[in-house]
Amino acid sequence: MNDSHLQEQLDIASWKSHYNLSLLSAAILGLVMAILVRSLLDKPRHLPRARFWLLWLWVPAVVGFGITGWLGYVDASLRKWYILFVYGAVVAVLWQVRTYRPAVMVLWGMVVPSLYRITELGMYLAGYQFVKPFSTYFKQWGQLNFMWFFGFLILGFYQKKAALKEQAQRAEEEAQLQEAAARKAELEHLVAVRTATLTQQSDELQIALNELRATQQQLIQREKMASLGELTAGIAHEIQNPLNFVNNFADVSQELVSELEAEQASPTPDTGLEDELLSDLRHNLHKINQHGQRAASIVRGMLAHSRQSTGERQPTDVNALADEYLRLAYHGLRAKDKSFNATLNTDFAALLPLVPAVPGDLGRVLLNLFTNAFYAVQKRQQRGEPGYAPTVSVRTRRAEEEVEICIRDNGTGIPAAVRSKIFQPFFTTKPSGEGTGLGLSLAHDIVAKGHGGTLTVDSEEGEFTEFVVRLPFR
Amino acid sequence: MKILVVDDEPDVRLLFEQRFRREIRSGEFAFSFAYSGEEALTFLREHPSEVVLILSDINMPGMSGLELLRHVKQDPLPPPPPLVMMLTAYGDTETHAQAMQLGANDFLTKPVDFAALKEKLHAIPSL
Repeated sequence: MNDSHLQEQLDIASWKSHYNLSLLSAAILGLVMAILVRSLLDKPRHLPRARFWLLWLWVPAVVGFGITGWLGYVDASLRKWYILFVYGAVVAVLWQVRTYRPAVMVLWGMVVPSLYRITELGMYLAGYQFVKPFSTYFKQWGQLNFMWFFGFLILGFYQKKAALKEQAQRAEEEAQLQEAAARKAELEHLVAVRTATLTQQSDELQIALNELRATQQQLIQREKMASLGELTAGIAHEIQNPLNFVNNFADVSQELVSELEAEQASPTPDTGLEDELLSDLRHNLHKINQHGQRAASIVRGMLAHSRQSTGERQPTDVNALADEYLRLAYHGLRAKDKSFNATLNTDFAALLPLVPAVPGDLGRVLLNLFTNAFYAVQKRQQRGEPGYAPTVSVRTRRAEEEVEICIRDNGTGIPAAVRSKIFQPFFTTKPSGEGTGLGLSLAHDIVAKGHGGTLTVDSEEGEFTEFVVRLPFR
Repeated sequence: MKILVVDDEPDVRLLFEQRFRREIRSGEFAFSFAYSGEEALTFLREHPSEVVLILSDINMPGMSGLELLRHVKQDPLPPPPPLVMMLTAYGDTETHAQAMQLGANDFLTKPVDFAALKEKLHAIPSL
């Protein structure tokens, strides 16, 4: 037992004396260091080639062990050299990635063991040895190296982990930034597209608006012509009456002249009869002139009605204008509906001040109001109420600084729901084709904008409608 | 022969007085004038049995000529019933038919042909 134990010890001593076993054990250190450093520098950007060579760090130790064993060469310093070589290789690798903070941390961890190993090798080579108590201190230092290194290594790994985390966070932030940038670009593109669309739409709308304005002008003109058309028959009647008088008085005057000539040719002229005939002739000529003027004024009024308004205001006799257009409207309707009849009441204030107005425009307003009034009484008459007497009244009076024209009919009236809309353009209650819906809208514009007056309505359904035009005369 | 002329135009009076000056002077015709249907009816009531012929316009404000015609033909007026001759600017068949249906004795269109009117008046046997 003792022998065998001794033998064993001898064998080991003989091994130790024949082979550099310590060098072989150091190969494990090289391998462990390589694995640790590689795991620290596990990113491809961290020196891929150096990482590869680190894996072969154990080889020199094994090869050295083999060669020296074969040669029978034993040298304890080989291990020291090898360890220093491993340290140097590791430091060199780490130095290259010194911007990487975990690497720096491990470098710090390498400083103290390296110093230890250098000191150890230097002492060995120089053949010095520490004396007590320094040899003890140095030995303790060697033991502390391990803790020192692993302490820094742990810190390094901790930093690596933190760095990875930070990097991931940064990558995420960057991704978010990129996404935001992409979205921003997308939005900007969308905005540009929308802006282009809007600009195009705005241009199109402008064109459409211009076309609408042109159409509106045409419609207004057409409305004037349409109302004139409605009046044509009335106007013809109005002109025919005075023309009949002109013709008749001219005819009868011819007869008077013949009679006068006969009287003068007679041997016993009756001077009393001659004077009477002459007086009648003068009278007739006056009548011819008067009725000729009447016809001319109707034609003038008709032309004024159809003409584009010049907008020039002139002192206007509202009574005469109202009377003229009342008759025109009445005869206009009569011409279309022979059976229609209405009582016309006129109550014109004497000494009414002249109103500065555009006669054609104001006439159009009155015509529209009268035409509506007759339309309303005609509609009510057609319902066949017993004892119904269609009546249209016009009254003028001075109200403070204004002249008031009140047009009232006892027709169908305007329902309350409709009353607020009647001045809107294109609003009409007439069957399609009968009204443009512009009449009252234009009338309102002419009174309010053209003359600074007001046009108001009061009505009770089935009872009456009353339009009041107020025009300032100063 | 008493003739009542109904027209809203006042100058009609002057015209008739000159056109029929000889007949008026000779006393053959006597003219009265009314300027509306209502006025004409009043005149007929105030001058019973005088008027032989009514010459009436149709187109008048208020009571129209056709309404006057209806009143004259239907109202109980003192006899003899006057003849009624319508005068209108609207010589369309519809108005004509309406007037005839209401019992008009004749229908003339304006402008009045006074020569033709005179002949028609002379053809009426004076009572």
